[in-house]
Amino acid sequence: MAFLSNLVNGISLGSIYAIIALGYTMVYGIAKMLNFAHGDVIMVGAFIIFSASVYWKLPPVVCILLAMLACTVLGMTIEKLAYKPLRKATGLAVLITAIGMSYLLQNTALLIWGANPKVFPGLFDLDNIRLFDGQLVIKPETLITIAANIVIMVALTLFISKTKTGKAMRCVSEDRGAAELMGINANRTISVTFAIGSALAAVAGLLLCSSYPQLMPTTGSMPGIKAFTAAVFGGIGSIPGAMLGGVLLGLIEIFGKAYISTELGDAIVFAVLIIVLLVRPTGLLGKPVREKV
Amino acid sequence: MNTKKKRFMINLITYAVLAVVFVVLTIMINNKTISRTLKGMLIPICSWIVMAISLNLVVGISGELSLGHAGFMGIGAFSGIIVSGWLLNGMQMEDPTLRLVISLVAGGLIAGIFGALIGIPVLRLRGDYLAIVTLAFGEIIKNIMNCVYVSVDGQALNFGFLNGNLPGTLLLNGPMGAVKVKTIATFTAGFVLIIFSLIVVLNLVNSRSGRAIMAARDNRIAAEAMGINITKYKMMAFVTASVLAGMAGALYGLSMATLLPTKFSFNESINVLVFVVLGGIGNIPGSIISATALTILPEKLRFLQNYRMLAYAVLLILVMLLSNNPLLKSLWRRLIHREKDEDGKEGIRA
Repeated sequence: MAFLSNLVNGISLGSIYAIIALGYTMVYGIAKMLNFAHGDVIMVGAFIIFSASVYWKLPPVVCILLAMLACTVLGMTIEKLAYKPLRKATGLAVLITAIGMSYLLQNTALLIWGANPKVFPGLFDLDNIRLFDGQLVIKPETLITIAANIVIMVALTLFISKTKTGKAMRCVSEDRGAAELMGINANRTISVTFAIGSALAAVAGLLLCSSYPQLMPTTGSMPGIKAFTAAVFGGIGSIPGAMLGGVLLGLIEIFGKAYISTELGDAIVFAVLIIVLLVRPTGLLGKPVREKV
Repeated sequence: MNTKKKRFMINLITYAVLAVVFVVLTIMINNKTISRTLKGMLIPICSWIVMAISLNLVVGISGELSLGHAGFMGIGAFSGIIVSGWLLNGMQMEDPTLRLVISLVAGGLIAGIFGALIGIPVLRLRGDYLAIVTLAFGEIIKNIMNCVYVSVDGQALNFGFLNGNLPGTLLLNGPMGAVKVKTIATFTAGFVLIIFSLIVVLNLVNSRSGRAIMAARDNRIAAEAMGINITKYKMMAFVTASVLAGMAGALYGLSMATLLPTKFSFNESINVLVFVVLGGIGNIPGSIISATALTILPEKLRFLQNYRMLAYAVLLILVMLLSNNPLLKSLWRRLIHREKDEDGKEGIRA
């Protein structure tokens, strides 16, 4: 039973990582940049849900939609103000700007909401699910997380493969110059990517804080780094890769903590990542890069 | 003036300016005209400068993005603390200077060994994948240091993993880090370490090996076709940088009474990277200036109280945006670089 419970928890944690990793991987695929501020957008989303629910007493659905809207606007603003002027700059310059953005978000949150950890409200008023005569107890948040992950994956895959905007996104990530020649507005497409990634970050913030209800300005950084690892694990730039990488990473973390050592949980996760990258240098589902002379 | 002569002059000026600053600060310390906060920051500034120089060797000269440099600093810091504690308690070595020197060398060596172990698998990867693996190694090192207990009992060192029941005096106490460290680091030692790392890095850069390292950075395939062993030279830069980072860590660790393993996290690696990028990628004197300025700046911004780190973040973003603004860039070039820069040092390209 402990095994089953760990399995469910692992998939649930992995689903959260997968949703965050989507934001990283989409932005990387299309703008070729590591958006280090993504983890902090999650934190902002969670804080908005917290405020809307605890201070303004809004119904849960409104809270979530509000947070998604706010994060979308935030993500697009960050992209416009900080990343767009650096399109032609070196990768490192963009990386440092993203790090500066991450500090900015964390410290703004610190000023608004303070440093004390907040207890995230339980938005899902459901009972625990008991299976096998109560031997296996599953929290409703766990199932909701897994369900949300599946819905997001299906919706996103359909969006990328069926709609015109999705097609434009694939084109820009393949070859921006050629896409622009074909009349695709690359800047708008990148903006849309940031918008989707940030809206997903709000969802991830909700799910993360529902399962681990402690909210601080630094809440987003460690899951952010882990999700980024997950994105690389699955092959950065690949959407199914982010999904697979996220879920596997969650499973490894939970099983590593349960069966090997609680203190070394993070070390195990990162060690597995290194081993995978040594065997497959571009991640599990990444495409090998061919070099032209 | 040709490039070689120009570079020689720049290096000479760097040494001269550092020497003057050192003399002035030493006089100020002796006259007690230096402010208390600045005095307390001198040794950390020295170690951050060495960190920035060594990371610049990896990022600027060798062209590989490393996000786990603080891990090597941590290894150096804790090895330095262990060695210094063992020399004092186990070997009854009273002379602090000798202890400090041995600890610095030990910190550097152990970090170098780890650098070699990590470098062998890591340097096979490219670009962002290499960056993420160095990040992962940094996190693993931090995580493992959280679980290590070391004590000195007589002449013997006892190591415990996840187990703090060790005989004798505890030097490392797992997640509590190093406790009751005898702070033997001095500003003079810090200055000597900076000069040492400058000599190492500048000589390496201007040597045959250094040109091979830069050739591998500029065009991997062409360098390989010229018969340059890419892995060997990348390893050379990486291991040298980790040795220097280990020494910087030992200096830092021996200047603090207590030290937590969580200190050497991803955030510190990023901070050092910020020093390197703002100072100019591949520009060693620039690294020294930016490491000094950016270590002092958050302290000087203290009057802003809670807005301090916010201001720092805004400044960071603005500097990146302005320094990459094409209009300002061309204006700057016209003003300063009248004669076209032949060096073309650029480091990592996008």
